[in-house]
Amino acid sequence: MTAATAPRRRLVDRLPVVHQVRQSVGLQRFMLVVGLVLTGVFVLVAISAPLLAPYGYNQLRGEAGAFGSRQPPSAEHLWGTTVGGFDVFSRVIWGTQTALLVIIVAVVLSIFIGVLLGLVSGYLGGWVDRVLVVVADAVYAFPSLLLAIVVAIVISGGQSSLLGGVMAAAISITVVFIPQYFRVIRAETVRIKAEAFVESARVIGAPTTRIMFRHVLRNATRTLPLIFTLNSSEAILTLAGLGFLGFGIEPTAAAEWGYDLNKAIADVTSGIWWTGLFPGLAIVFAVLGITLVGESLNDLADPRLRQRRAAAVGAGDVAETSVVPGGVLDAPGGIDGLEGGAR
Amino acid sequence: MTTTGVPVETPPGTAPAAPAAKTRGGGGGLGRYILIRFLLIFPTVFILVTLVFLLMRTTGDPITAALGGRLPPDQLAERIREAGYDRPLLVQYLEYLGQVFTGNFGTTISDNRPVIEVLFTYGGATLELAFYSLIVAFLVGIPLGMVAAYFRDRWGDAVLRIFAIFCYATPVFFAGLLLKLIFSVQLGWLPVAGRASTRSELDLTLLDNATGIYLIDAIRTGNSDIIQDVLLHAVLPAIALGLLTGGIFLRLVRTNVIGTLGRDYVDAARSRGVSEFRLVRKHAYKPALIPIITVIGLQIAMLLGGAVLTETTFEWKGLGFQLVEYLQARDFVAVQGIVALLAVIVAVTNFLVDIIAALIDPRVRY
Repeated sequence: MTAATAPRRRLVDRLPVVHQVRQSVGLQRFMLVVGLVLTGVFVLVAISAPLLAPYGYNQLRGEAGAFGSRQPPSAEHLWGTTVGGFDVFSRVIWGTQTALLVIIVAVVLSIFIGVLLGLVSGYLGGWVDRVLVVVADAVYAFPSLLLAIVVAIVISGGQSSLLGGVMAAAISITVVFIPQYFRVIRAETVRIKAEAFVESARVIGAPTTRIMFRHVLRNATRTLPLIFTLNSSEAILTLAGLGFLGFGIEPTAAAEWGYDLNKAIADVTSGIWWTGLFPGLAIVFAVLGITLVGESLNDLADPRLRQRRAAAVGAGDVAETSVVPGGVLDAPGGIDGLEGGAR
Repeated sequence: MTTTGVPVETPPGTAPAAPAAKTRGGGGGLGRYILIRFLLIFPTVFILVTLVFLLMRTTGDPITAALGGRLPPDQLAERIREAGYDRPLLVQYLEYLGQVFTGNFGTTISDNRPVIEVLFTYGGATLELAFYSLIVAFLVGIPLGMVAAYFRDRWGDAVLRIFAIFCYATPVFFAGLLLKLIFSVQLGWLPVAGRASTRSELDLTLLDNATGIYLIDAIRTGNSDIIQDVLLHAVLPAIALGLLTGGIFLRLVRTNVIGTLGRDYVDAARSRGVSEFRLVRKHAYKPALIPIITVIGLQIAMLLGGAVLTETTFEWKGLGFQLVEYLQARDFVAVQGIVALLAVIVAVTNFLVDIIAALIDPRVRY
């Protein structure tokens, strides 16, 4: 809560990511910049997929007839064709769009619900709070992918439209993420609730909803960007996991990397590498980019891990924001970056 | 209040979910802490079982889900009534809870086997896989994490950190696919899939009182060919799943060793002329291990989730593989049973880990 007293910095320095880039040095800056570039490419490819992809994601034949199954890479099909006769290159490109859509829907939904629940639960307390905490902890402890599968089956008992498939995948991921936002926001709310300014607001008679949303929520949200980036990469992995196990989006509805990898496993034994390699690499680089951004932000926000920063730019109000989705471990020396794989 | 490990989840400087023991006990001691943590196992399992039951039933009754479309409507209705699925949901739910409590998980619909038998048959395979992958994770994560801490902020550190992120960013099934492609197909060193070759598997099933854990069974046959065969089959799945966890361990060890390297006692040792390598190896390493133990609990849950993907990739016929088969067959009775077992495993592991952490470090006791 140093924002009120700290001298205002120039606008450029206060922009979220720009500030961190300027703050970082050496290796840390390198990792952050690589992450930003990879993420930027991912988003750009997703937006311009219709321009980049030579064929549709569910296109089986071109002007020269059917593409054919398991064709090796050639001039017509840069990365070959899948066992189902789709163009691998096009499906990888279109797949970015599916992944980005699912990330956006899943993260927005879970932030909205998780933040609301965490705020209400933390501020009002009582038995509702206790029940919610126990439920969130139980869900959090359970293998998230399994939960996502169960939810996916319940939602989409055979959905095949793009919107339906994306929504089903996104909601499955949301159910898994809500506890993470819930826990972080709740912990912040409980802390902020005890601050003097909340008490003063209560004394002058501000209504509870106003205190909750104006005084508490605004101060509790500074950790969200970190969880947001870390969760985005997890969303990609969960989506791919769902697709791989056959509970994701139908291939005719949208291109999805996990589904393609599932089909590619059988190709491996006959030495066919192109059907699996490219969708797999797409997942790895998408997750890598987002994770690098998330980790760098987390490291920069944690004074124990931060390297000496560029002198001109103060750490300012990011100093205490080291947050991992499951809560920071209270252990000797501290633990960071372990949240990575809670799948 | 936190069921997943009181010390692990608590952000410092906040006052979250104060456990009952903290507010009332004011000390309380180890016995009390263990008791409270033990009692918290039950709500965790209860919530998960309830959640899965309700989710599964929102789509209808298990008989229609599994057999709908394959049986004429009158036979379907007959079977639904026989199984009691036409009764109110609440009655079914209470009956199901009672069954779970007595260890009776029902009979699968698709292949008509007692769920408990399924659990025992395939549980061993998953346990074996989880064990192997934990070994890989420790072998990779702990030494490399120490090396990364030793080379902090230099190139060695950079390479290892990026390696760790790659481990995390690569889905298990893609890692498995690459490993298969390289070591099974191109080099021909290791088997592509399965837990053992057909001949060994046959020998193993002939064994009396088979544990389902192939390594133990193979050792009991005393046949070194079978032991070798079983171990060779385990290499790739163990690496695929182990690297994922290993990457997380690496980051964990690195961060913690760096943290302890900044302590006064390490500075004191350094000023006495202890070499930097020895500082990492002897002084900073052990205190850094304590938080790792507390994190293993969370990793077990992750391993179980990862096991589903790994088992499917390598046709490793364990609980995860079987779970996916039952899910695809919409056999909800079997799914509920397996999920209930997994919930128990997760809750008990977290309990054990908390107890170990409390024994090692008295500060985590409230």
